Parts: sequence; structure tokens; C-alpha cells
Amino acid sequence: MPAPIRLRELIRTIRTARTQAEEREMIQKECAAIRSSFREEDNTYRCRNVAKLLYMHMLGYPAHFGQLECLKLIASQKFTDKRIGYLGAMLLLDERQDVHLLMTNCIKNDLNHSTQYVQGLALCTLGCMGSSEMCRDLAGEVEKLLKTSNSYLRKKAALCAVHVIRKVPELMEMFLPATKNLLSEKNHGVLHTSVVLLTEMCERSPDMLLHFRKVWLLVPQLVRILKNLIMSGYSPEHDVSGISDPFLQVRILRLLRILGRSDDDSSEAMNDILAQVATNTETSKNVGNAILYETVLTIMDIKSESGLRVLAINILGRFLLNNDKNIRYVALTSLLKTVQTDHNAVQRHRSTIVDCLKDLDVSIKRRAMELSFALVNGNNIRGMMKELLYFLDSCDPEFKADCASGVFLAAEKYAPSKRWHIDTIMRVLTTAGSYVRDDSVPNLIQLITNSVEMHAYTVQRLYKALLDDISQQPLVQVSSWCIGEYGDLLVSGQCEEEEPIQVTEDEVLDVLEGLLVSNLSTPVTRGYSLTAIMKLSTRFSSVNRIKKVVSIYGSSIDVELQQRAVEYNALFKKYDHMRPALLERMPIMEKTASNGPTEIMQTNGETEPSVPDTKHLPLVTQPANQANDLLDLLGGNDVMPVIQTTLPTKPASAGGELLDLLGDLSLSGGLAPAPSVPVSQPPFLLDGLSSQPLFNDTSAAIPPMTAYSKNGLKIEFTFERANPNPNIAVITIHATNTTEADMTEFVFQAAVPKTFQLQLLSPSSNIVPALNQGSVTQVIRVLNPQKQQLRMRVKLTYTHKGSPVQDLAEVNNFPPQSWQ
Amino acid sequence: MTMHFLLLFSRQGKLRLQKWFTPIPEREKKKIVRDMTTMVLGRKPRSCNFLHWKDLKIVYKKYASLYFCCGLDAEENELLALEVLHRYVELLDKYFGNVCELDIIFNFEKAYFILDEFLLGGEVQETSKQVVSRSIEASDMLQEVSERPCSR
Repeated sequence: MPAPIRLRELIRTIRTARTQAEEREMIQKECAAIRSSFREEDNTYRCRNVAKLLYMHMLGYPAHFGQLECLKLIASQKFTDKRIGYLGAMLLLDERQDVHLLMTNCIKNDLNHSTQYVQGLALCTLGCMGSSEMCRDLAGEVEKLLKTSNSYLRKKAALCAVHVIRKVPELMEMFLPATKNLLSEKNHGVLHTSVVLLTEMCERSPDMLLHFRKVWLLVPQLVRILKNLIMSGYSPEHDVSGISDPFLQVRILRLLRILGRSDDDSSEAMNDILAQVATNTETSKNVGNAILYETVLTIMDIKSESGLRVLAINILGRFLLNNDKNIRYVALTSLLKTVQTDHNAVQRHRSTIVDCLKDLDVSIKRRAMELSFALVNGNNIRGMMKELLYFLDSCDPEFKADCASGVFLAAEKYAPSKRWHIDTIMRVLTTAGSYVRDDSVPNLIQLITNSVEMHAYTVQRLYKALLDDISQQPLVQVSSWCIGEYGDLLVSGQCEEEEPIQVTEDEVLDVLEGLLVSNLSTPVTRGYSLTAIMKLSTRFSSVNRIKKVVSIYGSSIDVELQQRAVEYNALFKKYDHMRPALLERMPIMEKTASNGPTEIMQTNGETEPSVPDTKHLPLVTQPANQANDLLDLLGGNDVMPVIQTTLPTKPASAGGELLDLLGDLSLSGGLAPAPSVPVSQPPFLLDGLSSQPLFNDTSAAIPPMTAYSKNGLKIEFTFERANPNPNIAVITIHATNTTEADMTEFVFQAAVPKTFQLQLLSPSSNIVPALNQGSVTQVIRVLNPQKQQLRMRVKLTYTHKGSPVQDLAEVNNFPPQSWQ
Repeated sequence: MTMHFLLLFSRQGKLRLQKWFTPIPEREKKKIVRDMTTMVLGRKPRSCNFLHWKDLKIVYKKYASLYFCCGLDAEENELLALEVLHRYVELLDKYFGNVCELDIIFNFEKAYFILDEFLLGGEVQETSKQVVSRSIEASDMLQEVSERPCSR
């Protein structure tokens, strides 16, 4: 059998392969040869074969059949064999394979070998990939070597001990005595690894940490070593660009950080040296800056005095001006960490940070953006927003969503005026409109509704934006909605804030119809524009044109659009008298807690902000279904089942009656479509329900009352207050029946004056048993923000002894406590 | 400087050295190597040397045709990591004399031996260049002595 080819020969051969297939063929051939050689238990060439196998493994080919051979090499007496054997073990074996345990004995022997380089190999392997079992078995040997006077072995043993502790934390104690003398070493290798070992112990065990602080007095020792390093003259062995052993300096600074954290005395003891390092370190090269960086991190983490903290932040500020990108990046990252605690100090560097927005490097831009948002406050909002909007214009798409969200958040918190707020939002929508989050549309609509005096200005600007560009859906949706609401202001040219534009009704309708047919518009957008057109029927005079549009879409393929059109058509045909009321101006919506991202600081740029994933289309009015009128009247939302029992069967006239009936209490106009993302629902309806028990003992003081008593039917009201919102009164009705026949199909309905909002929950049943044998209960929640006197009109329907009964009543005798 | 891994790869993404300091399954190692090469090779020329990947900081530096890439814990000092990479390159340079990629291809096991005298368990074990070089020389000498009569 000829000698297997040499390693270098194989490498050369494989590199001549011109295709992947050719390479694979060569490798397979060689693997086969190696396998047969292994089978023959050839000692002479085992080392060579394993080395070749390791090369092939690096190319990505399987090499597991060499694992046992590595073990055999390790057991060999030849140093060459051991070297390759241990390398192979580190590359091919890991603790997942039981095979690795076979190494333990070999390692143990080698740890006691007469040659330090063999001992070194064993320590290295154990410290790299030793499993917990191996560590447990061999910890004693490692501890012995920690005490040797041979610095070559001592430093390796220290790092091996670190690995052992990481794998088997309980073994930490046994290394303690040996560690004690390590810091008195002169040898830098040993010093460095000892500091690493001490750091590991401190991080793992608060008790150890205390012990080191108080008993060993570690801090002064470390301070002394660091001082010597800095003050000592040039040492060629450890010099890096004029700095003496930067690796050791940084590790000491790190350990000082851990020791000084939340401990005043230790922090004070290190103040001087930190100041010294911070001011004396040469900053022309990366190595000096690495030390400064670590110093800054230490200063910020311990209980340093304010002068030192300011020094640290100023160092970071200088870093920001450094030509080296890495240093700028590191500065921004650190400033981001400290911006909460040392806000004012960081503010001083605001202009430099904002300049970093223009940096070419993507990582730096992202950090600068996050930091900029953290620095925005009431004083600098105008200037900062200008820069951030400019950034939004020109940044990469990966930033736009986060930046837009940040702008909205900041604008909401610090807007100096409503007009500025709306301008800012418009700017974002027109420049980054396709990247804004889905829930910004309802949020913006709500904001616009609430800025009553800006309606004319807003609708004018939005209209102009639509003329320019209809591709960005959020912008288009908000614009359609506004035009639907405030189209009359647009056409009448009432704008005060800026030059009013001359627009005719037809032009507006042209634009909205254009949205309907454009293939840039999504179905949602089409929905918005159809509804807007419909709303304009009460604001514009060209009703015929609108009727035509609506009827055309009655046969649209899009089911959603079709349904809307059909219903709007019905509104024109059969319920024209209801149209004005239904399409009235929207009331001011209750401001809800912001549902936007509160945290846009993300270290990993890929994290998604949480977007409500139910993208609801705006609630469509269903004027044909009068029962739902009542729903809407009662501020109903599609989440709560209100009156499920009765309704679709009711004849049309009954609905009309109810409306007329409550005419003088006058309806709230809240029937125009509202975006139904839960965010914009009046919060009180959902809040109290989810977090508070409905019946709350603390407000039992309100006396019950009889609301209605006639023909044997008695309805009593009992009161509670819903705690999260004192403006809400929770009323429970109890309906009882003194007659000898049951009242079946019992339905209770109620309506309240305009300034109130009402919610009816499901009744317990719809049969009121005869002779007071039971009662029907139902809960009513009334929102009374203006604390006006509560009045209610109720309508009762039921079947008694086979015949239907209907009655209306006014309830005025509410006790004052229920609405005060 | 707790390193999780150190990789060396060429401009074409060919792996020249892989050192893993934490136990990871083979398949996952391959994935990490793929991810690192894609990410690092995809960087624009004058970007900064730091990246984020999962919860690790990635520090990389290009030396001639080789990329040196290491993965660190999130709290590590990136600037010092650059110094560590640089020190390794200096050690290779001292050993091979004007080291180039071919040296590392044909003598990969030596590259590993040098690394193992510089780092242990992901931490720096010796801060003096001369001490590391001397250890390597002595080990090589020992190898030569034990190798007679057959050479690799």
C-alpha cells in the first residue's frame, strides 16, 4: 500500500478542481483511501490522514468517521500526533457526542505530562470544548495547575478555570484559594487571565463580589496595577502604538466597573484613576479609543461624581466628531444608553448627533435616528422635526416606517400648535405615505376631527395633496375621509390659514370618483372614497350626480363596495328623510391612549413594531336596518352584542317610529362611518368592562329607584359607578311581573339626550315570569361627561296573554347621585 | 473579550478557518457561517466594522483578501475586538513572514496552533506578541524532534 499523499499535496490537488463536481470526486476518492487506512489501524500515517480530513471538513464535507482516530492520536506519545489529535477533537467532537468522554482520561494524563506544551494542549482543549462531565472530573487538575509557578501553564489554567466555572458554577469555590495570589504576578499573561477569572466569579456570584470588595480589598489592588501600567515607561513586550498592554487595561477597567457598581466606597476609590485614564490616554489610534470607550462605560455604570460623568459624555461627544466611523458608531450606541439618565449632558451634543443623520453608513444613521428621537423635547421640537423630516425624505426605505412612527409620536407629544401638527403629519404622509403604520390613519382622522378650527385648512391641504399624487394609500384614505366630512368648507373657500382655493363641487367629485376607478387604490381606499361621496350628498347640491355614482357601484364586483352602494342607494330611495341626520358631521372623538409604538428604539433593525393585525374596514352605516340604528344611537360598537333578540324581523315602520319618537331628545350624529379599529372606540365602553367588576361595592350609596310601573310590569333601576371612569353610571334594570301570566319576548330599549352616551348589554332573558317568580335583569352603562341631569326615554315591548304590548315612558326621577 | 466564534473567509466566501468557543450543532455552525459570509460580504466598502446579528455583536475586518469575523456578546468592547483581530494578524504575519491567504490555506493547522496560543475559551490568554511567538517556535521544535523519521 503506497503512502497516503501528503496534506499539502492534497490541498494543491483539490484546488486545481475546476468545478464543484470535480472537487467532490477528488474528495470522495481521498476519503475512501483514508477510511481504508483507518481500518488498517495504520499508526504511521494516522496523523497525516486526520490532518487531510480536517481540511476536507473545512471545505464542508462530512468527517465524523475521523472522530475516534482523533482520540487515538491524542493517546499517542508523539507530540505531532497529539497536536493534530487535539485540533481534530476541537473541530470534530463536541459535548453532544458521548465519544468525547473518552478523551477525559487522556486529558487527565496530559495535564500531568512532563512537557509543558503537552499540558498546554490539554488545558486548551479542555478550556475550549470541555463538557460539564469532563470539567467535573478534571477540575482538580486544573486547580493544581493554577498554583504552579510556571506562568505559561498558570495563565492557561486560569482560563480553563473560567470555562469550568461557566459549565459547572458550583465548582467556583474550589478555585478561590488559588486565585488569591494571582494578582501579585508580574507576568502580564497571568495577570490578564486572572482578571478574567475574577470577573467571571464576580459576575456569577454576588457573594464572591462582596468578598472581593470587602475582604480581599480588590479595588485598591486593581487601581495600583492600572496605575503602574499607565505610569511605567515604554515596555516593548506589551506596547501597542505607545500604550502599554491595552488588553489588560481594558479588562481591569471592566472588573472595576463590576466592583464599583452600586457601591459608593469602591466608586470613590477609583475616581482618580478613571479621571487619569480618561484624560491621559492617547486618542490618535483605535487602541487608545478602545481604552477610552471602556473607561466611559465604567464611569457611566458606577456611582461616579457628576464631574466625572460630564467628562465621560464629553469624551463621547468628541468621539462623534472623530473621522473613524467605528468610533462614531460606538459613541452613538453609548449615548443612546445614557440618554435617559444624563439627558441634559447628551442634549449638549444634539447638533453633532443630528449631523450624523447625514452619515453614509447605515448603522450610524440608524443609531443617530434613534438618539435624535430620544432627544426631542418641547424646546427643540421645531428644529429637530425639520431635520428629521429632511431625513425621512432622503433615507432608505428600511428606515421610513420607524422614522414616520417616531415623527408621529414626537409630534403628538410636543406639537407647539395644531396647525404645525397637521402640517407635520401632511409632510410625512406625502413623503413617506406608503410606509406609515396601518393604525396611523384612524389616529390622524381623530386628530383632525379634534382640531375644529383647522378643518378648512386641513381639507384644503389634503385636497391639494390628492391632486398631486394618489398612490400613497394612507394619505388618500385620510384625504377622502376629510373631503367627505368637510367638503362644504372646501367648496365655500373658507380657509383662514392660507389662500383659499377655488374648487367646484364637480371638481371634488371628479377627484373622488377618480379614486374609485384608479387601479392604484386598494379596496379599503375605494370604500373610503365611496363613503365620502355619499356624505357629500348632504353637503353638496349635486345630489343627482352622487346618486348616479352610488347606483353604479351597486353592481360592483367588490362585495364590500357593492354592499355599501346598495345600502346608500336604499338610503336615497326609502330613507331619504333619515339621510341628513345619518350623514351629519362627526362629533369630537374621545381621545384614546396612544396605541402606537412607545418604543422605537431597537437595537436590531429588523424588529417589527406591533401593528394591530385586524385591518377593519370602516364601519358601514346600515340605515336600512333600524335596529342597528338603535345600536348606533347607543354608541354601539360591533364588539358588544347589544340587543340580539329582536330585530331583523321588525317592519320598517317601527324603526322610523323609534327615531321620530326620540326626535326631541335628538340623536347624536355619530352614524357616519367610523374607522372601526378598536383604538378609536370610546374607551369607556371597553375599559371598565375588561378590568373592573361591574358591581362595585364602593358605590352602593346610590339608592335604587322605580323607573316604570304599569300593568303589572315593574322596572327598577339600581346603580353602581364604574371605577375607572367616574363619569360612567352603571344601571341595572330589574323587570318583574305581578300578573298571573308570563310576559314573553320582553324587550327593553332606551335612549338618552345628546350629551350622553348609552350602552345596553344583553338581558338575562326575555321572559319575565309571572307572579314575581323571577326577574329579567339588564345592564345599562351611561357616559355623562358633562354631568348633566340624567333623563331617559324607555320603550317596552312584550307579549302578554297572547297579545303584543308596547309602551313608552320617560324616566326623569333619577337620584342626583347617579349623575353628579 | 468573550468570543463566541472566529471565522476567516475569502472574498468568494470560502472558509479558511473556523474556531467555535461554544458548543453548537454542526448544522447550526454551517448556517452561521453562511449568514456571516452573506452579511459581511454584502457590506458597502466604507461601512463601519460592526454589525448586529441575533443577540450578538459581529466585528469584522478585511485584511487583503481575507475577512476576519468574530461574534461577541452584546456588552463587549467592539473597539478592543478590532485590536484582538489585529493582534492575531500580526502573529500570523510574524510566523509566516508577510502572511497572505495562501499561507493560511496551505498551513491551516499552524494558523489554528497560533490561535490556540493567543486565545483560549474565547478570551485572550497572552498579551505579549513575543511570548506567543516563542511558544509556537518551541512547540514546532518539539514537533520536529518527535517527528523523525517520517514527515508529513
